[in-house]
Amino acid sequence: MNDDAPLIQAVGRRKTYGAFTAVDGIDVEVAPGESFGFLGPNGAGKTSTMRIIACTSPATGGTVRVLGMDPATDASRIKAQLGVVPQEDTLDNDLTVTENLLVYGRYFGLPRATVRERAAELLEFAQLVDKRDELVENLSGGMKRRLTIARGLINTPRILLLDEPTTGLDPQARHILWDRLFRLKREGVTLVLTTHYMDEAEQLCDRLVVMDSGRIVAEGSPRALIREHASREVLELRFDVADHAERADDVAGIGRVEVLADRLLLYVEDGDAALEQVTARGVHPMSSLVRRASLEDVFLRLTGRSLIE
Amino acid sequence: MSAPTVTARRSRPRLPFPIAFAMPLALVERNARAGKHYWLTIVSGFFEPVFYLFAMGVGIGALVGTVEVDGRALPYAVFVAPALMATSAMNGAVYDSTQNVFWKLRFAKLYDTVLSTPMRPVDVAVGEISWALLRGLLYSTAFLAVAWAAGFVTSPWALLAIPACTLIGLAFASVGMAVTTWMTSWTHLEYVQLALLPMFLFSATFFPLSTYPEGLQWVVRATPLYHGVDLVRGLMTGDLHAGLLVHVAYLLVLGAVGVAVTARRIERLLLS
Amino acid sequence: MTTTATPVRTAVGHAAGGGWRAVLGYWMAVYRRIWKGTLISSFLAPLAYLAGMGLGLGALVDSGERTALGVPYVAFVATGLLAAQAMQTGVAETTFPVMGAIRWRRTYQAMLATPLREEDLVRGHVAYVTIRLAIVCGVFAVVATALGAMSGWGVLAAVPAAMLCGLAFAMPVYCYSCLVRSEQGYNVLSRFVIMPLFLFSGTFFPIAQLPGWLQAVAWVSPLTHAGALTRALGLGQGSPLWLDGGAFLLHTCYLLLWAVGGYAVAVRALRHRMTA
Repeated sequence: MNDDAPLIQAVGRRKTYGAFTAVDGIDVEVAPGESFGFLGPNGAGKTSTMRIIACTSPATGGTVRVLGMDPATDASRIKAQLGVVPQEDTLDNDLTVTENLLVYGRYFGLPRATVRERAAELLEFAQLVDKRDELVENLSGGMKRRLTIARGLINTPRILLLDEPTTGLDPQARHILWDRLFRLKREGVTLVLTTHYMDEAEQLCDRLVVMDSGRIVAEGSPRALIREHASREVLELRFDVADHAERADDVAGIGRVEVLADRLLLYVEDGDAALEQVTARGVHPMSSLVRRASLEDVFLRLTGRSLIE
Repeated sequence: MSAPTVTARRSRPRLPFPIAFAMPLALVERNARAGKHYWLTIVSGFFEPVFYLFAMGVGIGALVGTVEVDGRALPYAVFVAPALMATSAMNGAVYDSTQNVFWKLRFAKLYDTVLSTPMRPVDVAVGEISWALLRGLLYSTAFLAVAWAAGFVTSPWALLAIPACTLIGLAFASVGMAVTTWMTSWTHLEYVQLALLPMFLFSATFFPLSTYPEGLQWVVRATPLYHGVDLVRGLMTGDLHAGLLVHVAYLLVLGAVGVAVTARRIERLLLS
Repeated sequence: MTTTATPVRTAVGHAAGGGWRAVLGYWMAVYRRIWKGTLISSFLAPLAYLAGMGLGLGALVDSGERTALGVPYVAFVATGLLAAQAMQTGVAETTFPVMGAIRWRRTYQAMLATPLREEDLVRGHVAYVTIRLAIVCGVFAVVATALGAMSGWGVLAAVPAAMLCGLAFAMPVYCYSCLVRSEQGYNVLSRFVIMPLFLFSGTFFPIAQLPGWLQAVAWVSPLTHAGALTRALGLGQGSPLWLDGGAFLLHTCYLLLWAVGGYAVAVRALRHRMTA
């Protein structure tokens, strides 16, 4: 296998559970060194997709190649080069922080000396040196997450799979985690992650696909997606009304309008100019906000729904 | 970070020899490390059969005197010690393979983690069962030493009772683990008692087979613990006969079936 | 933005709260949901022991010339198991359920956020354990009597004696549950305390068979005293194991000491645990 060949290649990949279709014909390709994201709401099929790549769930249709191999026949050989960070922490609660790394390394059949050396480096990386001999149940949520990521790196994987890496963490813990993932990205580790946070996708992904109901609805870099499906800026307007749809006509023609339960969104190139136009019409919102367009807006545009419901 | 290179694909999915062999051992190592954090529980497992040995051998023995087995009169303690050794091998193996495995499978999600590495379902089955056997080996050895010191052992063949107990452990651990893969709630574990307790009390453990009417004797003979007890008793009292080989074969078959079923079930549960 | 919410009305509860009855209500609700799961350990296991030990082993014991017991072995074991099984039930109901209420489900935390006090929690639990003991001991006594292993009106008194034995274990174990930090503590309790007591407190053979110093230890065990009571009551005045009035009083007081003393410490232990 040459170095530029795609690490993950999937054509028409499907996953059904009985009558339920979790993943409905997905085509993706992930290149070495890339940071690739699956963005979508809960139930979009992200975790099913990750499990297929991780060789813990066979695809029920289409072809999948991971590291040039077929998960159906080469699962162990593929897994030997993957790092997996599952959505829920599955750390071993009977063990200490260090032991979690040592034992996990042994699952890969790595020699003890190698694992010990690697574990010391990873404790440093995960900023857990002080906690090395604590039982994992005494760690905070953010520390557990960092340990799970460190654990996933014990075999120096070619691809690190992260399923919802920062879900459930407080803002500070999230930023520490993002910082660690940036470092990995700079070191050339291929990251594949799922998220339902658009800020996370914008921060971490070179390229992403937007998923909805088991399908891909858009693909590209975060910037390209925003350029293509949203506008440069967004003007948010709140009115003191029970239903914001009543006020949609008042601002019609200034830009594309989206009606949400608690506000109106105007997609425009210049937000401040748009706000002036609104007030010039004699319309006075209770509050207003001008911001840059984000992936949230892309998602709203593509699916008509918010990412986090 | 340097990435390991991918070696050329082979036609069959196989790991290089030393790794493939070491795989189940990684799980044994995991359990040994975890065991360090609850060593007192592990140590306490040794005392239960020893308490039983003295209660039965000394206390009940004084009431019973001797027991007639196949025309030989055995002091009650000599009669009951092998049964307790076999029973404790069964209990230990079943505890490790049901309660502990149930926890790891359904709550700790340990095997989900393990299977995201190159470990395969069969490695999980073999690893867990090996651990149960190693633990059982410690207990059997210690129990035999105590029984010997107390004068309840009458033949040097008793040394073979240690591997015999490992065999009992294999049969019960593998079947226990297979059954555990079907359990979905803690109350299901109670049903394990429903199988164990009658075997514990009625497999010619505390009183000989001849106590039963003919028809019931065949029911008792069908239970796996009876085979274990009779095997260990034959060895510890030096009563060697061809029937012991039947016991060995029975337990081996049970063990092999259990491992095969367990591996298949784990695959179906966690890799679909 | 202003929202006009309708004011939340509260029915002002009694300042003293629902008391132990409310706590009992909780445990009974749980029991109604899980009672099927307790059938095996509460009923089938003791009856299997009675059949295996009493009848099977009894055939061996009674066939010898040694008649040290003075009563058929099955009668000896049945009356002993009545108390031993009360001990097991008392311990089972104050180990994992209590640890669960303190640590896993945090039911106690929720209860103490209402006007309920620690003593209500303990009393409610005692009431629940008492009900469990009545069911378990009652059923066992009926079956043993039907098998002819117990007889006479004294059986009606043997059941409350066994229940008292259950409480004599339940209360100290409740304290232990307030103090213990992990499940490992229960393995130690069960293997180093309960199991030896089950075997060496005269349930399966008279403690007179034990060496002298062990006999002294056995008399510390509440189960030994309870066994003497249930044997005397379950076998009637005509049996050689009948006791005189003073002995009845002594055994009963010893059990009460553990139960009442245990209760007093349990309330303190729980308060300490919940406020620590």
